[in-house]
Amino acid sequence: MADWKEIGIIEDIPKLGSRIVEGPDGDIAIFRNSKDEIFALKDECPHKQGPLSQGIVHDRTVTCPLHNWKIELDTGVVKAPDEGCAGRYDIKIETGKIFISL
Amino acid sequence: MKERLVLIGNGMAGMRTIEEVLKLDDKMYDITVFGSEPYGNYNRILLSPVLAGEKTIDDIMLNDDQWYKDNNITLHKNKTIVNIDRKKRTVIADDGTEKSYDRLLIATGSNPFIIPVPGHDLPGVISFRDIYDVDLMLEASKKHNHAVVIGGGLLGLEAANGLMLQGMSVTVVHLGDVLMERQMDPVAGGMLRKSLEERGLNFLMSTSTEAILGDDCVKAVRFKGGLEISADLVVMAVGIRPNIELAEKVGLHCERGVIVNDTMQTYDPKIYSVGECVQHRGEAYGLVAPLFEQAKVCANHLVKMGISFYEGSVTSTKLKVTGIDLFSAGDFIGDDTTEDIVMQDVSRGVYKKVVLKDNKIHGAVMYGDTVDGAWYFQLLRDQTDVSEIRESLMLGQAHLGDSGHGGHNAAAAMSDDMEVCGCNGVTKGCVAKAITEKGLFTLDDVRAHTKASASCGSCTGLVEQIIASTLGGDYSVSEQEKPVCKCTDMTHEAVQSAIKAQHLTSGLDAMKALDWRTDDGCHICRPALNYYVIVAWPAEAFDDPRSRFINERVHANIQKDGTYSVIPRMWGGVTNPKELRAIADIADKYDVPTVKVTGGQRIDLLGVKKDDLPKMWKDLNNAGMVSGHAYGKSLRTVKTCVGEQWCRFGTQDSTAMGIKLEQLTWGSWMPHKFKIAVSGCPRNCAEATIKDFGVVAVDSGWELHVGGNGGIKVRATDLLCKVTTEEEVIEYCQAFTQLYREEAYYLDRTAPWIERVGLTYVKERIVENDALRKELSDRFVESQKYSQTDPWAERATGGVETNEFIPLTKIG
Repeated sequence: MADWKEIGIIEDIPKLGSRIVEGPDGDIAIFRNSKDEIFALKDECPHKQGPLSQGIVHDRTVTCPLHNWKIELDTGVVKAPDEGCAGRYDIKIETGKIFISL
Repeated sequence: MKERLVLIGNGMAGMRTIEEVLKLDDKMYDITVFGSEPYGNYNRILLSPVLAGEKTIDDIMLNDDQWYKDNNITLHKNKTIVNIDRKKRTVIADDGTEKSYDRLLIATGSNPFIIPVPGHDLPGVISFRDIYDVDLMLEASKKHNHAVVIGGGLLGLEAANGLMLQGMSVTVVHLGDVLMERQMDPVAGGMLRKSLEERGLNFLMSTSTEAILGDDCVKAVRFKGGLEISADLVVMAVGIRPNIELAEKVGLHCERGVIVNDTMQTYDPKIYSVGECVQHRGEAYGLVAPLFEQAKVCANHLVKMGISFYEGSVTSTKLKVTGIDLFSAGDFIGDDTTEDIVMQDVSRGVYKKVVLKDNKIHGAVMYGDTVDGAWYFQLLRDQTDVSEIRESLMLGQAHLGDSGHGGHNAAAAMSDDMEVCGCNGVTKGCVAKAITEKGLFTLDDVRAHTKASASCGSCTGLVEQIIASTLGGDYSVSEQEKPVCKCTDMTHEAVQSAIKAQHLTSGLDAMKALDWRTDDGCHICRPALNYYVIVAWPAEAFDDPRSRFINERVHANIQKDGTYSVIPRMWGGVTNPKELRAIADIADKYDVPTVKVTGGQRIDLLGVKKDDLPKMWKDLNNAGMVSGHAYGKSLRTVKTCVGEQWCRFGTQDSTAMGIKLEQLTWGSWMPHKFKIAVSGCPRNCAEATIKDFGVVAVDSGWELHVGGNGGIKVRATDLLCKVTTEEEVIEYCQAFTQLYREEAYYLDRTAPWIERVGLTYVKERIVENDALRKELSDRFVESQKYSQTDPWAERATGGVETNEFIPLTKIG
């Protein structure tokens, strides 16, 4: 059984923005896109560990602030032609509240 | 049911169009492709290296069978379309296959021209057009010794070079007296001939072929005047003709090629045509760059967006013979209305000629040193007025920085294992390999795949040369015609004017009004749009923090480990014990690991944690300091020398002038970073002549210099003018800054902007037009009303964006 932890409400995160959750193994970036979908990735780009939470969010993608790698928010997979994968976490929303499973 | 799109001709132009269609809308069409060759789509321009043994067929495949499957495209290889029933909208292949269409695309390319001399149909007489021809040549080279290539143009020389490398003795026969006369003038053509002769090719110039001799296969070639030379293989490379056989047969209007309009539509509105088979505004093109431009336009209409037009192309060429460095573009011969600038250095084997018309580059031809080819081509396509840089035009500029590429400026002279890109450690061989194996055509492609020149850009000129010498031309779009990003087809200029004309005050409004393809834009267009609305509508624009790059969103510079640097403003680079004490205390209080003096005369506190930023800013505010904007596309610093107040050489109070200018300009957002300096005398200790706006005091007033920068490629400023009073310095500074803010493209510094529009243009507006200068200056002052609020104070104590700096929560 997944262990769901409540971390806040959708409105806590700016549209097309991100907030950090301090996790047991480092920061987790929580993203909200323009369609109010919420995603969670380890706050570390697979390239040079840039903080993804500080990147620009567009559609279901975040662009890393250090070297412009593009990471898919739902899968953590790096978009071609670059290669790699950022850690991702499951998220669920219930009545506007965000839960994360580590 | 989906509409049906049928392509006749499985070549580069047709398939590029299909790829562009898929990029715009991959669900609109059910696509079928007919090709008469038994292969997928391959890179025809790389046939020469295959012949030369430098590449294999597999290396040059652009779309293999799997690609067609993955994209749900039905490919009929080895089938030639022999008829089109335009009433029933059906195509018919030679094996009887029929396929109906809603839209038809004809891309039948061209046929080699065969001179109808006696013996032209003997076995052993071939052209140089496709894989089949290359196979024949490779086979012949194994069995035979003597080859004659008829035609000393681009294709003929590449064929000759390839056959020679395969071990044959090769004679090139050319009707004219200049090799490659469509790409070379007599001088460059002569230099080319000399170096090819040194490599072992033989030439018969001004010679016309009379007959090809032999009974059941080629034995010899006879020329006018009676000379005969023996030959086992004859390659006809005298030119190509648009392949219009099918189009003519079905009654489409053709002249030399299939006639198309600016949307690539033929006289039958259901039928489009692209590539070497078309004739557009009287021109038929045989190079890849124009075909790609046509493909883009055609796709735009096929998916019914209908907003782009093809208006013809200016082309450039290079010969793909390894180690030979030549370049030409535009009209390099000239006429009565043009003038030439020529530079020739016989012992170095270097020749450059630039043809000017009305102070603009009309054409260029270069041999031996082509590092500036891309620059001339850019000036040519942008039609930049070059009168101000005429003196230095031949010395070149090169898209090449001063460091990071080991001093190399000619890619041809580098070996494959030499490093081209010092930032990312990419070798020449790695770039060339990626171009062929991954099917790359443009600088942007190469940057994305190899990272060469993708960081500081210093080695761009080398990478451009490698692309050109691998592919034989320049396929990148001129900056002026380049869309902002993949979310739109609009150029920066079109976006800027639409934002003004349509009163668009937020990036999101702009994306909606201008039919952006994506809902949210991307990391490239969002910051650009955000900037453009702020400049156009300073009082009303919505400055969207989510469209700001991180540094501008949190008003500090992100470092490699995710910490930030904090640089308080020090007006004109002047500080005092009180400020220094406060900075020292703050550095202690927040455990700042590194304190450093910057190049812009400021103090940098490095390694600050994000959640400490607002607290530090509050302390700095309390000590009277504000944001130094060292993180922004904005006015950075005004650097000064001590001037007449202390210096025995100083002629004016440069420090006071610098402080004054900084107070007027701080906080203003710019297309890129913007630096000012004020020196108190021509010794120029503040290095004003490598700044975006530099002021140098002289006894009789102030010299104003513009468009300089240090860094990747040092560019000294151009002198804008000389003024006498402090008020004038201020007005000119504000006007110049505003012109740059309003007209440069986002992420252009002043140097590339001035090089694109020309210094003459800037002078006309700032120096020669008093009314316009005043208006620009006033607009700058007006816009500053909305930008001179300290962003640190807003966030430290003003309640702006406070959530940005604190974690949502802590778990686990």
